[in-house]
Amino acid sequence: MSFDTIASYMPLLLQGALVTVQVTALSFVISTLLGLLLALMTVSKVAPVALAGRSIVNVIRGLPIIVQLFYIYFVLPEFGIDLTAFQAGVIGLGVAYSAYQAENFRAGIEAIDPGQVEAAESLGMKSAKVMRRVVLPQALRIALPPYGNTLVMMLKDSSLVSTITVAEMTRQGQLIAASTFDNLTVYTLVALLYLALSLPLTFMLRRVEKRFAIGGKR
Amino acid sequence: MITIEALHKKFGETPVLKGVDLRVERGEVICLIGPSGSGKSTLLRCINGLERYDDGIVEVLGTPVDRDKKSIHEIRTQVSMVFQRFNLFPHRSVLENVMEGPLHVQKRPLAQVREEAQALLDKVGLGHRGDAYPQQLSGGQQQRVAIARALAMKPKAILFDEPTSALDPELVGEVLKVMRNLAAEGMTMVVVTHEMGFAREVADKVCFLHDGRLVESGPPEQVLGAPEHPRTREFLRRILDSGDAP
Repeated sequence: MSFDTIASYMPLLLQGALVTVQVTALSFVISTLLGLLLALMTVSKVAPVALAGRSIVNVIRGLPIIVQLFYIYFVLPEFGIDLTAFQAGVIGLGVAYSAYQAENFRAGIEAIDPGQVEAAESLGMKSAKVMRRVVLPQALRIALPPYGNTLVMMLKDSSLVSTITVAEMTRQGQLIAASTFDNLTVYTLVALLYLALSLPLTFMLRRVEKRFAIGGKR
Repeated sequence: MITIEALHKKFGETPVLKGVDLRVERGEVICLIGPSGSGKSTLLRCINGLERYDDGIVEVLGTPVDRDKKSIHEIRTQVSMVFQRFNLFPHRSVLENVMEGPLHVQKRPLAQVREEAQALLDKVGLGHRGDAYPQQLSGGQQQRVAIARALAMKPKAILFDEPTSALDPELVGEVLKVMRNLAAEGMTMVVVTHEMGFAREVADKVCFLHDGRLVESGPPEQVLGAPEHPRTREFLRRILDSGDAP
């Protein structure tokens, strides 16, 4: 494990790290938006909407992420939907994690004191405004710690998209290891690079949680 | 202003209101008293549609109260509510709590709303705490903010649901004082309360509920001083025994 070999592996690994960050960030955005939509569906007072929301969440949660990725990348083209590996990876990971995000948000929404809704209603707010101005701002603060956890998990699980040939960090590591047989150096570097991404992220999330705590300093 | 006729309400199979009639005129202060479980809070909550009712008439300013109709939102801006547990919005400052309704429901201009909200906080003695968050205040202070929030809607009437029951005894007075002032200004108020001293002093009419029925109602000196119904007498005696009365 010499300095020269490390230096020769790093450019490809760092390229991979960039893709890892991109996949994580984009699929996190998708999972957040889709998860919020699903959460709002599951708490809806309209029974068919709530049922649809719960069903979608359960189906997504019931499938291995890798199977969802394969389905999007290998099966959808048969129906005329051709996606690049990167697109399929981002969408697949985003959809797969939307179910967990939905559960985070739902738990936050259901933790809100019903008295809050009554107070908002008694000011004459309609239900959409009650949700937007009173329930969601509090629910999202409650959901923030698990939300941050999900981001860290997605950073690590973005390595799954290597199975559909997205050239993220794990995939780059595999390719280098396969050609050099230097497994020790390569996978140690890959592991250290993941830590270099996830540890600062965890630290940063802790700061964000503190800042957004109710009554916290802004 | 508020008309209730033959109001019936069940929770599941359990009847909680068994035909209640009540009229509230403009400027009147009505105190609803009675043992817990007698239906007084439920009656109050039917007035602004926080509860559905099964049968009878509830009208506010001539409009039937139906929480599934669009008119309910307009009714609620006319009839404000103060809750036992305050229910202030913890994610907004005290001033923002007071501004919430006029600004985001009534869509009145910001500068005017801010000025009025500040004046209302001054009025309840909390003008200097506008930037605080509700959880930084005592219970009595929170309830005074809740009253300011209700007033900010410029309501025609305010409903109070046991406004002092969640307070430490030494904080009850400051809230009652604010309510007394409102009554003196002519605000129409319906108050569910166990504060017999307040009822005696401020109410135009005291209504005693027992087991879902309005058993006795009239001026406080009559209902509290010389109750006709044995249930009323028993209730008042028990309250006196517990040392709750003046």
